[in-house]
Amino acid sequence: MFEVRIHGRGGQGVVTGAEMLSVAAFFEGRHAQAFPSFGSERTGAPVVAFCRIADREIRLREPIQEPDCVIVQDPTLFRVIDVFAGLRGDGYLLVNTNKTFADLQLPEIAERLPKGHAVTVHATELALKHVGRPVPNAALLGAFAALTRFVHQDSVEHAIEQAFPGKVGAANIAAARAAFEFIAAQQPAENAD
Amino acid sequence: MTQPIATLAPGEAVQKLKYYQKGTFTVGNRLVAEQERSVQASQERSNALTCGHRACQGCGEALGARYAIDAAMRATNNNLIAVNATGCLEVFTTPYPETSWQLPWLHSLFGNAAAVATGVAAAMRVKKRPEVRVIAQGGDGGTTDIGFQCLSGMFERNDDVLYICYDNEGYMNTGVQRSSATPPTARTATTPALGEEPGNVFGTGKSVPRIAVAHNIPYVATATVADLHDLERKVTKAMSIHGARYIQINVPCPLGWGSASHDTIRLAQLAVECGLYPIFEAEHGKVTQVRRIRRQVPVQDYLKLQRRFAHLFRGGHEDPRIARLQAICDANISEYGLVEPAGEA
Amino acid sequence: MLKQIEGSHAMAEAIALCRPEVICAYPITPQTHIVEGLGELVKEGRLENCEYINVESEFAALSVAIGASAAGARAYTATASQGLLFMAEAVYNASGLGLPIVMTLGNRAIGAPINIWNDHSDAMSMRDAGWLQLFAETNQEAVDLHIQAFRLAEELSMPVMVCVDGFILTHAVERVDIPTQAQVDGYLPPYDPVQVLDPSEPASIGAMVGPEAFTEVRFLAHYKQNLALKLIPEFSDDFKGVFGRDSGGLLRAYRTEDADLVVVAMGSVCGTIKDTIDEMRDDGIRIGLVVIVAFRPFPVEALRNALAGARDVVVVEKSIAVGMGGQLADNVGAALRNLPKAPRLHSCVAGLGGRAITRASLHRLFRQASVQPWEGTHFLDLNERVVGREIHRTRKTRRSGPTAENVLRQLAAAANPAE
Repeated sequence: MFEVRIHGRGGQGVVTGAEMLSVAAFFEGRHAQAFPSFGSERTGAPVVAFCRIADREIRLREPIQEPDCVIVQDPTLFRVIDVFAGLRGDGYLLVNTNKTFADLQLPEIAERLPKGHAVTVHATELALKHVGRPVPNAALLGAFAALTRFVHQDSVEHAIEQAFPGKVGAANIAAARAAFEFIAAQQPAENAD
Repeated sequence: MTQPIATLAPGEAVQKLKYYQKGTFTVGNRLVAEQERSVQASQERSNALTCGHRACQGCGEALGARYAIDAAMRATNNNLIAVNATGCLEVFTTPYPETSWQLPWLHSLFGNAAAVATGVAAAMRVKKRPEVRVIAQGGDGGTTDIGFQCLSGMFERNDDVLYICYDNEGYMNTGVQRSSATPPTARTATTPALGEEPGNVFGTGKSVPRIAVAHNIPYVATATVADLHDLERKVTKAMSIHGARYIQINVPCPLGWGSASHDTIRLAQLAVECGLYPIFEAEHGKVTQVRRIRRQVPVQDYLKLQRRFAHLFRGGHEDPRIARLQAICDANISEYGLVEPAGEA
Repeated sequence: MLKQIEGSHAMAEAIALCRPEVICAYPITPQTHIVEGLGELVKEGRLENCEYINVESEFAALSVAIGASAAGARAYTATASQGLLFMAEAVYNASGLGLPIVMTLGNRAIGAPINIWNDHSDAMSMRDAGWLQLFAETNQEAVDLHIQAFRLAEELSMPVMVCVDGFILTHAVERVDIPTQAQVDGYLPPYDPVQVLDPSEPASIGAMVGPEAFTEVRFLAHYKQNLALKLIPEFSDDFKGVFGRDSGGLLRAYRTEDADLVVVAMGSVCGTIKDTIDEMRDDGIRIGLVVIVAFRPFPVEALRNALAGARDVVVVEKSIAVGMGGQLADNVGAALRNLPKAPRLHSCVAGLGGRAITRASLHRLFRQASVQPWEGTHFLDLNERVVGREIHRTRKTRRSGPTAENVLRQLAAAANPAE
């Protein structure tokens, strides 16, 4: 089972991101479970969403304690909650920012994980460029696909298309593709699929 | 009595006289054209609330319900379902294992008659039986107080339900307690005739007819068991309209009011004629018609016949609050235009 | 057809396939997505011959359903927590009148203190009201139970509550097989009422019943729930025949054949418990689980049979009767009472107000049960420090303030020690 935890703020599409990831896995014939950590609806409040992917029925219902991958949609959360709690030693970290880990004052996180497992991507800028709205979730899924190779980019794009009809879907797919290529270009050749 | 016109001498004026009938309409109906006769006059009436029920002698509610439901049955060709709130009417008409109702009838709870009726109406729509109409009915307790939320919801949605409230101004079935329809100064078990302000206090109370009008629903009317024709006309008119409708009928309660059981009609009449109970109709938020008071009577004439107001006449002198009741009457008369201006024909 | 879908939407699709005729909707977290989904289906014309009514309160919602059902229409509504309590009078009324209404309960804690997260206190508050209560373990079962519920309700002339863990199931997106209309039509016949308001055959429904007959009426309701003990497994078998999967029934056993310790639980937590059991089995511990699906009627005999061979039974439940203990544990205890060698019963209350139930905590709990059994109710993951402080505080000061706020203040202080 592969477990992903996504951190963000209300209004950034955190929950939809987790759902789309689960749909992408579904299209590959796998079992997937996506759910948010719940609170009252409030834009701007910290939000956590979870996605489990497995090849058999997923029975577990607890929040994800030891994620294989943490996605941080909003870097202002670093000072607010411990987004890295339980992150596995061989796990992945994907942060939405145009800064480096050093700029964010988190160099040790990048060093703790295996080489190439901790990356940043300017997902908000990509979303603004392709979709016209600062919602980074689709772009981050493209980056996730490139980073972990755990789902195919095709499945991600199919999931985005199902979530967003027509032109909006196409624009989000473009953002996801751009993020995918951005991360794929950085990955060492031997990690490629 | 007029003089025959032929005997008038030249120069003598003709005086217009108003003729109106007192007493039972069943006898008087012989003088009226057939299509103008009351439903009650007909042997073909549905008797939807038939005899054998356990109401008190002189119960105004039993009378009002019989009048209203028979009229509604005729207007709908007997395609009627009634939903009844808990209360006197429900209790005295269905003493297990008997029932006085000859139409489909459902009793659910005290406060939900309007909502249950909404559900019945929805079922009739979905079953494609638009000819079947729905009435919700209850006393003032079940309507103005505990039933108010569901009533307002039904009004707001404009559900196709006629809600009839039989207003005897208190929770009678449970032993005569005060409701928000109880008039000021009235004695009830929870507004006893004791202390500095015996009976119900001023400055409280709720007029559901006015609130119904404020909901802008298609039809609102008040009525009285003292005027059978008017009541039947209003129910019949209501059944010709689709959407939320409300009729409130003033029904004296001999037990709760402390009145003689033979005074029920008389009291209902006096309540109208002193101005305490305005009789009017409204459509979509505007008053369209009022029933004029033929001869205004002082409020004391009404109060004196009821022991629930007896403390206002203690020791042979009149409580000053009677004047405040009279002021309410005068305000109603003024607001609704219940008395013809002098000189009008 | 397999879909990756939010639980509440899956349920909405299943309910729509059951051809409901009157749906009443009042919003309350966490069931709102279900009635919203149904509203969309009606407005789009995908759910035909259905009146969708926006009511002004939960009391009105169930009352509208009562009127619709009595007039011969298949009626549905959904609620949770506070909403269920607000309609409590109507809940008893619906079962007393014998109306086959189906209602989804998105299980949520009851306030005060106000809490929107999952536990079973709402279902427990109405366990005596004469409704059937069925608990779904997964969103697939949630879908399936609604279909079975309409058939059970109409066969018995008795309302049915389908209990679905709020948020954990309602808001989870997972793989669900949504049946076809043909399948559902093959399983669920049109509503044929036992009693109906009809001008062509007038009847009075809702009479007052005095001491001379009330006992008999209640006995007949109890008798009907006993009939349900047979019907529920039968309809579940029929379901398997039409839809091809096991779903519903009174209860099911997981790895209990040789178990010394058997856990008893309801709802979605059973999934987490199964994973925990598999891990403990790998360590050689003989442990199993009984998943109770039908809480009302309570499956006394089936449960007794399932637990007879155990040495210890641990009941894990998401509710507590304050002043007495876990309701499920109490009912399980009653079922075990007359066994010649009754297992030791351990009661654990967990997950109240939405607190996560983790494998780690369950591991500790189950191991403790065999080694160090406890008396009374054990609160899983209780913050004893916070509780101890509050008790101490209230002993020192008369005007110690509201408990909930005091506890929250303690937790906030612990999180921000510098302040």
